[in-house]
This record gives sequence, C-alpha cells and structure tokens, in this order.
Amino acid sequence: MLHTLAVLVENHPGVLMRVVGLFARRAYNIDSLSVCQTENPSISRMTIVVSGDDSIIEQVSKQLYKLVVVHKVTDLTNEPIIDRELALVRVRVNAESRLEVLHTVNVFRGRVVDMGRSNITVEITGDGQKIDAFVRTMRPYGLLELVRTGTIAVMRSDG
Amino acid sequence: MIMAGAEAIIESLKKEDVEVVFGYPGGAVLTLYDALYKANYNHVLTKHEQGAVHAADGYARATGKVGVCIVTSGPGATNLVTGIATAYMDSIPLVAITGQVAVSLIGRDSFQEADICGITTPVTKHNYLVKKVEELPRIMKEAFYIARTGRPGPVVIDIAKDVFAATLDYQYPETVRLRGYHPLFEGEPKAINQVIEEMKVAKKPLIFIGGGVNLADSAQVLRDLVNHTGFPVITTLMGLGSLPSDHPLNFGMVGMHGTYAANMATTECDLLLGIGVRFDDRVTGLINDFVSKAKVVHFDIDPAEINKNVLAEIRVVGDLRWSLPSLHQSTVSAKFDWKGQVELWVEKILKWQKEKPMTYEQNSEEIMPQSVILKVNELTKGEAIIVTDVGQHQMWIAQYFSFKEPRSLLTSGGLGTMGYGLPAALGAQTGCPHKNVFLFVGDGGIMMNCQELATAANYNLPVKILIFNNQVLGMVAQWQRMFYGGRYSHSRLKGHTDFVKLAEAMGVTGMRISKPSELEEILKAVIAVPGPVVVDIPIPETENVLPMVPPGARLDQMVMGGG
Repeated sequence: MLHTLAVLVENHPGVLMRVVGLFARRAYNIDSLSVCQTENPSISRMTIVVSGDDSIIEQVSKQLYKLVVVHKVTDLTNEPIIDRELALVRVRVNAESRLEVLHTVNVFRGRVVDMGRSNITVEITGDGQKIDAFVRTMRPYGLLELVRTGTIAVMRSDG
Repeated sequence: MIMAGAEAIIESLKKEDVEVVFGYPGGAVLTLYDALYKANYNHVLTKHEQGAVHAADGYARATGKVGVCIVTSGPGATNLVTGIATAYMDSIPLVAITGQVAVSLIGRDSFQEADICGITTPVTKHNYLVKKVEELPRIMKEAFYIARTGRPGPVVIDIAKDVFAATLDYQYPETVRLRGYHPLFEGEPKAINQVIEEMKVAKKPLIFIGGGVNLADSAQVLRDLVNHTGFPVITTLMGLGSLPSDHPLNFGMVGMHGTYAANMATTECDLLLGIGVRFDDRVTGLINDFVSKAKVVHFDIDPAEINKNVLAEIRVVGDLRWSLPSLHQSTVSAKFDWKGQVELWVEKILKWQKEKPMTYEQNSEEIMPQSVILKVNELTKGEAIIVTDVGQHQMWIAQYFSFKEPRSLLTSGGLGTMGYGLPAALGAQTGCPHKNVFLFVGDGGIMMNCQELATAANYNLPVKILIFNNQVLGMVAQWQRMFYGGRYSHSRLKGHTDFVKLAEAMGVTGMRISKPSELEEILKAVIAVPGPVVVDIPIPETENVLPMVPPGARLDQMVMGGG
C-alpha cells in the first residue's frame, strides 16, 4: 500500500542525502519524492510516497525521526488531504489525431504549453490517479516524453 | 575571547571534560596539532588511525565518558570508518574530529580529500562539516550532546583546514538548541502499570537484559529488581556484567552460543521482559519461532527498536534510568508475592542448568581455552576489565568468565570487528589506569592491529594480552567444519609468526605457555609484570564453541557438546 509522508527537515546541504540514504540502506521503497523550501526558509518539506505495510511505515517514520535534521514526520495516508502532482507530457500528433488529442487534453483540464509540427506538450495537474489516466489515454497516440514531479500534499483545514 | 579555531576546539574539549584524546596527525590537522602541543593536551598517539578510534571506543565503554579521536583528512578519516561503525552498532558515545582540505579545495578531488560525512552518514548518529569558524563552538557542543544523550552513538566533526587557523570570538554555548533532536527520558507511567499487570499473571516470566543496562549505568537498580522479584534473568553478549554471572538467578547468555538453560527458558517463557535489547539475529535464532509462547515487553530508549525485529505487546519507551527504577518501585509497592509466583518456574530452569551445564573436555596434553579463561577469572577474582576480539575466544569468554561488574566486558558485539580488541584494551587501560585489563584475542585478530603493541610499549599501558593460538581462524573454521564439509578455505593460518618475538620487537614482554601444567604459574608471572605482556597460548585447532544454534534453527535446537 502507498503511504504519503510529509517530512519537515532542515534546509541544509546534505539533508536530502541523509533521508534518501536511510531509505536505501533500510531497503524501503520510495515511490516518489518532492522537496522544496517551505514558508520558513530554514525548513524544507519533503513529500515522500512510500510503499509498504503499516509495520514498514512505522519503522520508516521512526528511523526518519532518528535523523537529527528531521523535525517532524506526518503520515498523511489516512488524513483528509489535498494532493497534487504536475506532469509535462509530450505527445506525437498528426493531422488526423491533433483535434482528438486537444479534445482529450481539455477533458482532463490540461493546458497545451508548446506545440510543434508533429507533437504537442501538455501541462496537467491533479492527483496521481488522474495523471495516470491521462497518460494511459495519450499512450496510443505516441508518448514521446513524460516528466512528473511526484506528489505534494497538504492536510485540509479542519474548519 | 578572540582565539583561533584550533584553540577553540581545545577549549571546547576542556569544557566537555575530555581528559585524553587518541589520534594521529597529518596535513589537514597540523594547525590543530600545533595547538595541542602548545596546550600540552593529553594525547595518545596510536600507530594507525583505526587504533585511535577503537582506543577511544574502549575508553568510552570502560569509563562511560565520551571517547574522542583526532585524525587527518582523506585516508586518516577513512581509516576511522570501521571503528565508527563498531561504535555505532553498540551505541558507544564517540566524537571523531577529522581534518578536511581547505574550504576552497573541497569538491575538487584535492590531495587527501575524502567526503567523510558522506561516507560515515550511515554509521554515525550525526555528522558535521565545518566550513565557518564561527560555527565551531555550537557544533562542538551539539556533537558531545548528541553523542552522549538518548541512545548514545558516534558523531563525526569534519573541519576544513583553514577553519583551524581562522579566528573567532570564542564563547562556549551553555545550552543546545536542536529542533530535530529531543531525546526522550521519561516515558509513559501507564506502560509501567501494564507491565506490572502482566507480571502478576505470568507463570513463566523471564527478564532479558541487553547492553542498554550497561550503557545506562543501571546495573544496581536491575539487581534490586531481580532480588526483589526473584524473576530469572538471561542476557545478551552486551548485557554481561550488569548482573553478576554467579547470581543464582542469572542463567547466562541466550542465543547462538547461549547456555542450554537460557535458550530453553526463552523458548518456554510466557512473558519476556526485554530491557535495553534489540533482538539481534544472533540472539533470536529463527525469528518466527522466537518466544512463540510469550508476550513481549520491550524497554528501550530508541522508539525505532520497538517492533523492528520482534513485535512487542507492551512498549516502555524511555531512558532505563527512568523506567527501571519506576518498574522496581512498582514491584515493591504492589505488595505481591513475586517470588512465590515464580518458584516452580525457577526450579525448572535450574533443572535445565543442572542437566546441561557449560562443559568442555580436558586432557593433560593440550591447553584448553576454557581453562585459561577460568584460571584468569580465578586469579583476578573476576575483578578485571576483560576485552575481547571477535570469534571463538569471544564466545568462550561470554560463556565461561564470571563477570561481577557492569562495563567489565568490552567487546564488539554488533559489528563483530576483528582487530578491535588490542586498541580497545589500550583505550580502556588509559581510562582506568588502576584496573587490570586483560585482552583475549585470537592469532587471527591480533594481526589485524598488532601495530598497536608499539603503542602499549610507548605509553607503558600494562595490558595483558592473551593470544589463543590455534593456527586457524577459529570461528570460520568451525563453520567450515560444521556446515561446509570440512573444506577449510583460507582459514588455516600459516603459523610462521612468533608472537613472543613480535611482542619483544615492539618493546612488549613476550611469554609462552606450552602445557597445561604451566598455566597457573606463568599467568601469575604475567600478572606480576608491571608493563604490557603478550602471552602466546597454543590451543587445540578443532575445539568448537558449543552449544550452538545452527543458522536458521530455533533456540531449542542447539547442538550440544562438551564432556
């Protein structure tokens, strides 16, 4: 099962290495990872999607806490959250398929950000499943390039 | 006060009550060594950086203080890695100061540059790269704080060469403010009550103690708890010493080379109180069948240890300095007949102990390693610091030596580092100059850091070094004998090394015991020598460490042996 962890860490050089190294040496699987500075410039937030059962996630979380650079680990998996991912997708198009592709992009509320003679590049945001579905739909046309950011997530406000 | 970075380091060491540092100079730390020289700071020069870090480790284990070592950049720093990993696995507080190339040279593959922070991240509690001199006081303070608090461990401070010479307005911080490090001391009192309830209904409870009891200096309260409840006790290798080996309720070490009684009791118990243990695979045997009849209670300071290897029904997270007194108090105030409750159970374990005690076969021709251990035990009345290397002799020590006090066995338990023993013994002797320090080591392990014999001579550290010389890598050969059809692949040592001459060449007294009848007389002579002594003791090549739980077997499926 996939778990989404929000990890607040020191915004220092080498911190990413400590966190990623921990996953590697304890044989935990990172599904996706995104990291950037937060509203507090001395703190970065990592959103890590990790696969494993509850006991593995318990260990992941505790091992993360042992790193001096880690301030807080929150498992967002069973919380009400908003999660988003951004993907840039380059798809092959020709005279016949072009309109069909553009129509599909609209259905998924994607945006065309670049267009060439034989391909278009689409920006699309949404949760992971939506991106998956879009990618699946585009594949038959000819998927030339796919770049995904990995999930970021915040908890919904309680009020 | 305005001073150079190097002086600031020495001031900080003084503030942390560091009485001695172990080290080896080199290019990147010349400025620091110049400051050590001017300050006339107490420094032990080893012959190899690995010797320095193991010595700092031995010092820390014997004294309970933070061990400190100083080495240069690049190869100096990488030579520490085995020693740092050794300390990490056994939760030993160390601060390792390494020189780094100058800030402007970092990242350019400069001469003697190595990314020691990158290399040591998996085996340190934390590490620092210092590029600005102003950060030095804070980082020194944090490093010692992190090393010694919570679950102790090694911390590396990698300092760029120009930082040593740069000046700062030195002020040592009074307190530490770390947003991501809050070692827990006191846990949930509720958990203690739950433990008491389980203890009341248990028919076959077993106290299982690990290195945590030694590290938390909690031996006395453990003894009070055991004496009050009458609950039987088993220990890990690292737990030896916290309860006297000859205590009537101490049934010895559990696990791969554990006693019959300890392994049977573990298999049969219905409540296991794990205290400062981490359920290592050498302890549990086949993990799925480990304590299959018992509820497990786990006391540990590190929350990550809970449920890592064995699922605990009740978890008591917190410092043993808090949880053990609290548990002991609760057993007293419960006004419960603890002893009456476990009478039959203890009888049963005693029966196992009587049925199959630790034994070995003696003959008049050969010196049996077990007999040497028993003789040293007798001559020292168990009041020595025993240091081991790794292998057969290490297990025989665990099985046969009768420990009296905590911190009296120094051994590389988790990492199993050959070559650890000699430098660790020198560190222990440095920290405890008035104690007798005995090193038991194999003819394989002694060669891994035998250069440190010269250090023993230079500083006249009166360590008694007993080499169990069986001309083989004993434990490797034992496995080859038992599980690899007797194919001794590269485990037979050629045996042209004369350890007596080796010792003498390095300025250490060398002796040899040739037959069993000489044992007592020569050992007495060894103890009487005021300086370091190497004793070459030939032992039979094919003696096995038994009992043994074969890999992948349950604890009660021991291979027994002896006479």
